Amino acid sequence: MRDMNAIEFENVSFSYEEGGTFAIKNLNFAVEEGEFLAVLGHNGSGKSTLARLSNGLLEADSGVIRVFGEQLTEKNLFDIRKQVGIVFQSPDNQTVASIVEDDIAFGAENIALPREEIGKRIDFALHAVGMEEYRHATVSRLSGGQKQRIAIAGVLAVMPKVLILDESTAMLDPRGRREIIDCVTRLNKEQGITVVLITHFMEEALRASRAIVMNRGEIVMQGAPSDIFERHEELLTYNLTLPLIGRICRDLRAGGMPVTDTLDVDRLAKEIASCVSKQST
Amino acid sequence: MKDVAFGQYYPTKSFVHNLDPRLKIVFLIAYIVAIFLAANFVGLACCLVVLMLAIGLSRVPVIRVFKAIKGILFLIIFTTLLNLLFYNGETVYAEWWIFTITKEGILFSAFLVVRLILLITCSSLLTYTTTPVALTDGIESLLYPLTWIKFPVRELAQIMSIALRYIPILIDETERIMNAQKARGANFETGGLMSRVKAVIPVLIPLLLSSFRRAEELGDAMEARCYTGGKKRTKYKKLRFTWRDLLAFLLIAALIAAVVLAKVYLGATV
Amino acid sequence: MRIQAEHLSYTYNAGSPFASAALKDVSLTVEEGEFFGIIGHTGSGKSTFVQHLNALLRVPTSLRKYRKKRKDPPSNTVLKVGDFDLTNKKTDFNALRSKVGMVMQYPEYQLFAETVFDDVAFGYKNFAPEKPTKEQIENAVRDALTIVGLDFDEVKEMSPFDLSGGQKRRVAIAGVIVTKPEILVLDEPAAGLDPLGKQEIMELLHRLHSSWCRTVIIVSHDMDEIAENCTRVAVFSDGEVKYVLPPKELFTHSEELLSLGLDVPLTAKICLALKKYGIDLKCDFTTEDFLKQTLALAGKGVKE
Repeated sequence: MRDMNAIEFENVSFSYEEGGTFAIKNLNFAVEEGEFLAVLGHNGSGKSTLARLSNGLLEADSGVIRVFGEQLTEKNLFDIRKQVGIVFQSPDNQTVASIVEDDIAFGAENIALPREEIGKRIDFALHAVGMEEYRHATVSRLSGGQKQRIAIAGVLAVMPKVLILDESTAMLDPRGRREIIDCVTRLNKEQGITVVLITHFMEEALRASRAIVMNRGEIVMQGAPSDIFERHEELLTYNLTLPLIGRICRDLRAGGMPVTDTLDVDRLAKEIASCVSKQST
Repeated sequence: MKDVAFGQYYPTKSFVHNLDPRLKIVFLIAYIVAIFLAANFVGLACCLVVLMLAIGLSRVPVIRVFKAIKGILFLIIFTTLLNLLFYNGETVYAEWWIFTITKEGILFSAFLVVRLILLITCSSLLTYTTTPVALTDGIESLLYPLTWIKFPVRELAQIMSIALRYIPILIDETERIMNAQKARGANFETGGLMSRVKAVIPVLIPLLLSSFRRAEELGDAMEARCYTGGKKRTKYKKLRFTWRDLLAFLLIAALIAAVVLAKVYLGATV
Repeated sequence: MRIQAEHLSYTYNAGSPFASAALKDVSLTVEEGEFFGIIGHTGSGKSTFVQHLNALLRVPTSLRKYRKKRKDPPSNTVLKVGDFDLTNKKTDFNALRSKVGMVMQYPEYQLFAETVFDDVAFGYKNFAPEKPTKEQIENAVRDALTIVGLDFDEVKEMSPFDLSGGQKRRVAIAGVIVTKPEILVLDEPAAGLDPLGKQEIMELLHRLHSSWCRTVIIVSHDMDEIAENCTRVAVFSDGEVKYVLPPKELFTHSEELLSLGLDVPLTAKICLALKKYGIDLKCDFTTEDFLKQTLALAGKGVKE
């Protein structure tokens, strides 16, 4: 079973109020082990609900959720949570202690690891997010991006196989966002951790190996991020906009410059340069 | 801003900072006992010497430590005046209407002032030299025997630690909301009692709502990190005693001995 | 109203071990009618600066305060907003605040009243020189809600907490502009919104700029937003103003900005990358002009 799915949804529905509108509607989808999946959607499309269902913070009204083949029930909740970690949106509302290492220890303490092991886990987690020198720092003095990296480290200390980022970049400045995206990309590549990145910043989905777009509790598009961005008209109907660079490519082409769709600045510059030099020779 | 407003921890490295927080709490209690055991000015002088020594070892500026008195200045003046004017002594110096000033009254008030000042400064020295986190750990550890009677010590410590983390955030937030409402013309500075109470509502409600939101999000985050309550958890931080703790212990023991000796041989002032 | 600041300094917790200089001798003028941008990192002093504009932070006025903090009084500090002299403590700060609207970060978190109507009316009632009539209040609230793009009759009786995120933010903005301030200052007005919500907020700001608020000042991290909308930009770094330039000139300094750890607009990034291929593209860094210039360079002409 090498290609086991990390998370699997089978006909899952969920609504916040009984008889209310479905936040998740009869959803079928799977996250493959080791992949970097981006989940896109405007505010209220159901993408955050998806995260909370995945580790049992919310209970589905109907349908089956499996984590590494095992069906999520009330009994194995604790074990499932060890495997699926979530980093939330607000940098300020997910730390439990004032000092960095104490906060990271929290999850490891909860799963009752011996002290020496907790120490090792803290080393590992801080190294993984590149914040070794902040071990004894005060959380409130860190920048937003650093706080979120500490939040990631706190989740990593439990050593989950899946890391879900539930709009963890939404409240950060561009530098903080970059820090987080770089960090999870590295975790995915080097540690083989399955990453589910929930975001409404289209640019962030570029690093993902696969992207899905949600709208009204349903998956409406999926594929490689670049393929999804090519279908910009369709994206617009789901209240999503193309990243600016995508729009520039499209408009240049419309103006008669044969550039291909790319989301990479250097590549676009190279293409523009070759068009310009062709013109001048 | 938030650092000053709460905890008043004075970040530096020193002998006192490095003491075990549990012992620091115990020492504080022992020191307070010594202050109350001291029955004459010699005893109090011993206490003062130890306090000055501790302040010196803590590398916290003396003025900063004594600034803590400012907070209870009113209380000190009030009790002093009360004792000065109403104490029933024998050697009367002055008398006017219902007030009498006596030699004993003066001595007693002076004694009380010194006691109060010592009390406040030694307590503030603890908060200056101990991070809130260490303090929580110390209290948790000291209360640990209570788990025998099923008292939820760990949960309590968890609550305290979270409170310590969020109090500065909430102070910050209060300030932010107050600023936002001030910018909308809210007036917190003038007006009668009723209008002031009314002025608080636009701050209080957003603050409450945001606290609930934070609590909810934090609850989710804790649960997602496998928190299920106090059971079966381990603890990463362990407190250790060192030679410093032993030294401090000897100092406090000597102080209590000195105070008691002073009392026995010199008698009580009041 | 013109904003004029000269030699403005501010230190938090002056005289304590936590003292930190947030503004160091800042001089900056914002002319009436500008759509002014302020950029810089968290902690660069930009928020401290804008909080001065409606006296949420005061220029210390008394000499005593300075002596206490062992500092020389800055005899040359000037801070004027229109005719209001903010260095004079006798200034009517309440009147100033009704003229300078301030929208904080995540303003929806300051909503408090039971109904949208009451929340928006709060500022209007506070600032009214005499007790306003019911009709006056209703008109003001209606105008404010309408201009932010909400239907007055539909939302007036609703609880602000039942609205969607984007709507809440618009109600909060309505609550600030209800007094028709001449200057509107917004700290990260689009933070946390999805792309569509962002676009709506920027459209709203332009609507306000061309109607009620002669001067709009936005503090933002989004350089594309800045390049696209602002007439001039001030760059704050370490409590100092490094540049005050129109975006067109500012982003020709892209390399310096990047070295300050700041972002630059996408168009500037592409221009920078093009330099490597020996192409020096001149544009004002708006997307429209970038496209025009790029196509012109390739001899493709422009479709008008």
